[in-house]
Amino acid sequence: MYLSELKIGDSAVICRLDTDTNIRRRLQEIGFIKGATVKSVMRSPLGDPTAYEVCGAVIALRNKDADTISVKVCDA
Amino acid sequence: MGLTKNSVGTKCFDNGINTKKSSVDLTVALAGNPNVGKSTVFNALTGMHQHTGNWPGKTVASAQGEFTYKNLRFRLVDIPGCYSLFSHSTEEEIARDFICFGGADRTVIVCDATCLERNLALVMQTIEITGNCIVCINLADQAKLLNIQIDTKKLEEILGVRVLSISARNGSGLKELKGAISSPLKTSRYQIPYPETIETAVSMLTPHITSICQKYNINPRWLALRLAEDEKEMIDYLKKRLGLFIDAPELKIKLKEVKDYLQINGIDGRKFADIVVTETLKKAKEIAEQTVTNGATNRTDIERKADRILTGKYTAFPIMIIMLGICFYITISGANIPSSWLNKNLFALEKILYDGAASLGLPLLICEALFHGVFRTLSWVIAVMLPPMAIFFPLFTLLEDSGILPRIAFNLDRAFSGCKACGKQSLTMCMGFGCNAAGIVGCRIIDSPRERIIAMLTNVFVPCNGRFPGMISMIAMFLICGSSIASNILSALVLTAFILLGIVLTLITSKLLSETVLKGTASSFTLELPRFRRPQFLQVLVRSVFDRTLFVLSRAIVVAAPAGLIIWVCANVSVDGATLLHHLNSFVDPFAKFFGLDGVILIAFILGFPANEIVIPIMLMSYMTGGTLTDISDLSVMRTILINNGWTVLTAVNFITFSLIHFPCSTTVITIHKESGSAKWTLLSVLLPTAIGLLFCLLNTLVFSLLGI
Repeated sequence: MYLSELKIGDSAVICRLDTDTNIRRRLQEIGFIKGATVKSVMRSPLGDPTAYEVCGAVIALRNKDADTISVKVCDA
Repeated sequence: MGLTKNSVGTKCFDNGINTKKSSVDLTVALAGNPNVGKSTVFNALTGMHQHTGNWPGKTVASAQGEFTYKNLRFRLVDIPGCYSLFSHSTEEEIARDFICFGGADRTVIVCDATCLERNLALVMQTIEITGNCIVCINLADQAKLLNIQIDTKKLEEILGVRVLSISARNGSGLKELKGAISSPLKTSRYQIPYPETIETAVSMLTPHITSICQKYNINPRWLALRLAEDEKEMIDYLKKRLGLFIDAPELKIKLKEVKDYLQINGIDGRKFADIVVTETLKKAKEIAEQTVTNGATNRTDIERKADRILTGKYTAFPIMIIMLGICFYITISGANIPSSWLNKNLFALEKILYDGAASLGLPLLICEALFHGVFRTLSWVIAVMLPPMAIFFPLFTLLEDSGILPRIAFNLDRAFSGCKACGKQSLTMCMGFGCNAAGIVGCRIIDSPRERIIAMLTNVFVPCNGRFPGMISMIAMFLICGSSIASNILSALVLTAFILLGIVLTLITSKLLSETVLKGTASSFTLELPRFRRPQFLQVLVRSVFDRTLFVLSRAIVVAAPAGLIIWVCANVSVDGATLLHHLNSFVDPFAKFFGLDGVILIAFILGFPANEIVIPIMLMSYMTGGTLTDISDLSVMRTILINNGWTVLTAVNFITFSLIHFPCSTTVITIHKESGSAKWTLLSVLLPTAIGLLFCLLNTLVFSLLGI
């Protein structure tokens, strides 16, 4: 599944980044790398973007960008 | 809204970082992730007052300062914050450029103690470029509250650099930091270990680049990695910096060899980059695990609750509007009394000065010009501008310091992405409340050039501090009379409504631009939502009064004094039986009347181009030359003057509307030109809001006449 589909409050492990542009580096440097655990923490009142906890920080991503990140849900 | 000489004056135009090499013993670069308190460290070390705020990307223009410690003089250069040196955003390129080639003798990397792990990537990468580093872990006080412990000794051992724990906000650890900067450094030999294939590629290249590396004093390992990665933008950059050494035949053959070797092992350019990033971050995690106890502390329940309310589906927008309204209410109700006090006393002073000068035998004409021209305009600027500014700035700084602004950007992003613009535009709009020129410079935080231009063209729809005191006094005079609590609340609401109109216009115009001259799709967007921080009230108060209020005021005064003289001359030199000003006013009057304004208002806005603060004084002076009124003690007198000159509620509404929506002031226009590098966009930034503003005035006039008011 994709990161944007993650329910608020759930955590997942990143499997793959499906993007080839500059955003790939951007995502990687802020911690969205393969194997990292991310948690979906809150959604903007207008439904997009969504904020994720990754590597100790909370980062907001638009769903369009979060859709380029494949994740596997962690077993709580 | 970093409003200091550095951010608004000519200095804000520096794109790169140029350091003067004169008279200092050592140049020190201050690097770090966004929002780790770099500016606070900078201020604490240099004693300067660079503006600080709790949101990422605040420092867009680099600041420089000096300090002396133990008879050594240091130049400190504040580099824009960045997460790593991997990507190609403007900040990262400036940072990389300075760390590699800026000639810094040492680099201090500021880290956030509350999330060290994510700061370590930048630390490791910087060490990869230059071993002369000091790691400065800031926000130690906050980490202590969260029970996070960092083993600095161990971190020193691993990285081979000095590691210090400080808390710049309350000044602890600064002396040690200065000591560390001034004492001789041990160059770190730390290397990020990469998989064998990459290490082999590096060792294949290093022997062939030693001479160039020696010449430019760069780490061969770093250069070899970049060459092996073979990423186009990076290679172009290196060619620009190091000359065409890459095209040397011997190196070219070697590069081909490395490329083939990597290819055989299934590593292309993208994979190479992926491995480098992943290994760096993995190692960062590993180091953090070894040195940080309790580092995985998530946000506290209070922080979560605050976030849930601030960004909640039903609570977010009401709260944002209420916060804005409260800021305006406090400003309006607080500004009334000092404003009229200043008015009364400054005008009393004018009379005393005038009489005094006249009795000393100064020619009457000069007395008139000096006191009824220059002094009166100045008095007006001070009386009308100072109180609201002195109240609004600190209030806004509190919002900024606490970390609420990024939440606003988070809430509003959807609206902006719908207009194919960037959510960070709302941050630049917030800066616009202080000064539109600062807002324009702030647009650098937006990565996409298209979205950046949109943000620049629409920034003027947010009324800056030079404009909204005028709007407030018009509301008080014509729309909501009286100064009871209820009428103050009502005034705040009306002002909020006008601001909301500005925001809606920003969105509509952004959309319009995206569909026409700035076609394109919304780019990607990443925004860090930092932890909340308790604002430091006293510091905020002192800083905002001294740094911002006085700065804005002094700028207004510098413009107002000569403007006052010019207006006075225009109002007193007669040609063909009428004053120059009268000629000017009557020339534009029919045009202005058509839009529900009048000639005086329009001319005042045009003459107020250097600074919007002087629009009202110009207007009053124009009106007053006709009558005999010389003394204005408060708003009610001002109201009478305006009504005697044919003002109605409609004129006031149109004045407020045109105040909100018209061409930017001269500083802003110059800034737009510098930042966009294009005459076309600059012209559009002037014409677009003016046209929209006039259109709205026309609309108001139509509505009023339809309603028969």
